[in-house]
Amino acid sequence: MAEQPIRVLIAKPGLDGHDRGAKVLARALRDAGMEVIYTGLRQTPEQIAATATQEDVHVVGLSCLSGAHLELFPRVVQLLREHGAGDILVLGGGTIPSEDISVLKEHGVAEVFTPGASTQEVVEFVKRSVNL
Amino acid sequence: MFDRDALRNLEQQKDEWERGPVAKTLEQFGERSEEFRTTSELPVERLYTPLEVAEADYQRDLGLPGEYPFTRGIQPTMYRGRLWTMRQYAGFGNAEESNRRYKYLLEQGQTGLSVAFDLPTQIGYDSDHSLSQGEVGKVGVAIDSLADMELLFDGIPLDQVSTSMTINAPAAILLAMYAALARKQGVALDRLRGTIQNDILKEYVARGTYIFPPRPSMRLVSDTFAFCAEQLPNWNSISISGYHMREAGCNAVQEVAFTLANAIAYVQAALDAGLDVDTFAPRLSFFFDAHNDVLEEVSKFRAARKLWARIMKERFGAKKARSQMLRFHTQTAGSALTAQQPDNNVVRVTLQALAAVLGGTQSLHTNSREEALALPTEDSVRLALRTQQVIAHESGVVNTVDPLAGSYYVEALTREIEDRVNAYIEKIDELGGAARAIEQGYIQREIQESAYTHQKDVESGERVVVGLNKYRIAEEPPTNLLRVDPVVERQEREKLVQLRARRDNARVTETLEGVRRAAAGRENLVPRLLEAVDAYATLGEICDVLRGEFGVHQASVVF
Repeated sequence: MAEQPIRVLIAKPGLDGHDRGAKVLARALRDAGMEVIYTGLRQTPEQIAATATQEDVHVVGLSCLSGAHLELFPRVVQLLREHGAGDILVLGGGTIPSEDISVLKEHGVAEVFTPGASTQEVVEFVKRSVNL
Repeated sequence: MFDRDALRNLEQQKDEWERGPVAKTLEQFGERSEEFRTTSELPVERLYTPLEVAEADYQRDLGLPGEYPFTRGIQPTMYRGRLWTMRQYAGFGNAEESNRRYKYLLEQGQTGLSVAFDLPTQIGYDSDHSLSQGEVGKVGVAIDSLADMELLFDGIPLDQVSTSMTINAPAAILLAMYAALARKQGVALDRLRGTIQNDILKEYVARGTYIFPPRPSMRLVSDTFAFCAEQLPNWNSISISGYHMREAGCNAVQEVAFTLANAIAYVQAALDAGLDVDTFAPRLSFFFDAHNDVLEEVSKFRAARKLWARIMKERFGAKKARSQMLRFHTQTAGSALTAQQPDNNVVRVTLQALAAVLGGTQSLHTNSREEALALPTEDSVRLALRTQQVIAHESGVVNTVDPLAGSYYVEALTREIEDRVNAYIEKIDELGGAARAIEQGYIQREIQESAYTHQKDVESGERVVVGLNKYRIAEEPPTNLLRVDPVVERQEREKLVQLRARRDNARVTETLEGVRRAAAGRENLVPRLLEAVDAYATLGEICDVLRGEFGVHQASVVF
């Protein structure tokens, strides 16, 4: 039986338009054998949670470079839990000050990747964390 | 440029040199790499001599500064006359806080202002809109109405500064606010100097702050061209930007190619709207990135000037010299900065700024060391500004025009970039122009391909980034980063409540109806926008009216 691929949703919450990192990561995860969906820009947390549940993904990667991560990321986690999808691994990325990382983790974001992180680190983290 | 016999002799001499001393050296010491390439993957030879630029014709390809094709610069004396405008992009929090930062920068010797708006402002939402949550004042200043503009420029007479505003989809509205503010200050519109970015095409590709679909967006651009040509003769009606596409991952050749392709689309749209090319073309301005590969960047700027002059003269028949001049702002490359060992970024910025100056920029923003992490503090911005001042007053590179001209390498590279850009422009013409190429996702795919290749090269170590994949150290995450106080969002909401209670709401409704009628018809929208902002209609209210008439852009996702 073929191995079931890991399904990932890469999402851009809020109004930030910087998606170079999101797209590069989406492609790297796909090249690593995962099934990747990218939402495009300007998604509300509600839209992201709905897409994640509909698409039955294992991982949601949130990217934000505008500084609105503290408002947006925890809200996605909360909505996923409300949808009964609290087991989805939520990752964050972007220009996120180190002192915010622990706050995000307290709110259920599993890991946060900041500028300079390699796509391979993310691939390995996802493979390690998702048990199919 | 060179005598034929001399070239033949040189060719023979070079051949002997390669078979003799070079071969002998290579036997003993190999070179560091099989092949050498610029940041943009252009091949770099071991040595450049007159042979590599043998085809060049001085008069045709370079000319004199201030003369067609402007390869050597747009002014006859360049920085011997006036230095470039030192213009740091700034804005955060509310209008009062940003006003303090502007005054600080002016006191420190900055010579122009550059306004950063927050994302809700850039996308046409008021601070109290549900989609604005968490974004108010974060990446720039929150502007909801003329009342905020009054605070933003409090104590700054608009006839004394030149102001650049990074605003695109609602550019016409912010321009209207600036004009309305000028009237209140008693400054005639023809005395206003500055720029609106107003470059919507690249927003669909890279920066993402679009609102309306392409067709009505292009109409807004043409309307501002016409309005500025008539009322604001010293205002740059657009800043056609390669910066954001380069930051999104494309290389130097693609940056110039996609920027000029967009520029061609704007000129064509204005001509189609019935404007005469020489009425608006002198106020078209450009905005480029400056990366680390110094000589490639210098060559890029020179090639861009030459290409634009040709396009304007030959393709569009522009007659005025000013219509053919590519005037540009430069910002150093944010994407080249590292979060690791942030002080190294000061060195990168110095190299990038030097490239911009050697390339003949008209104005320059230098990034601050911690911008891979956050907005910069006052101290960091001062250091970035000082970097420009050191180049200006201590480096000596400003004392003669286009000092790198005649370098065999720089001239060969300028030519190489020019040829490759022309090939791209031809391809985009075949696709039906920039707007069609964007619709088909062609430009986006090109950019993403380059971005992905770059990332893989960094991860494999093929491309060295000091402090990131080589010469790493263990370091503590930096502290003392600038933070926008979340209270700003609440204050902005309260200000809106007060504004709506205070203003003449009948006049707001009436002027908004004027905007709606103009949008539905064909008259120039800008005068109607001026009436609406003057009545303190908010940016969100005006954009809602326009959304109703124009619809909103639905982006297709390409990755």
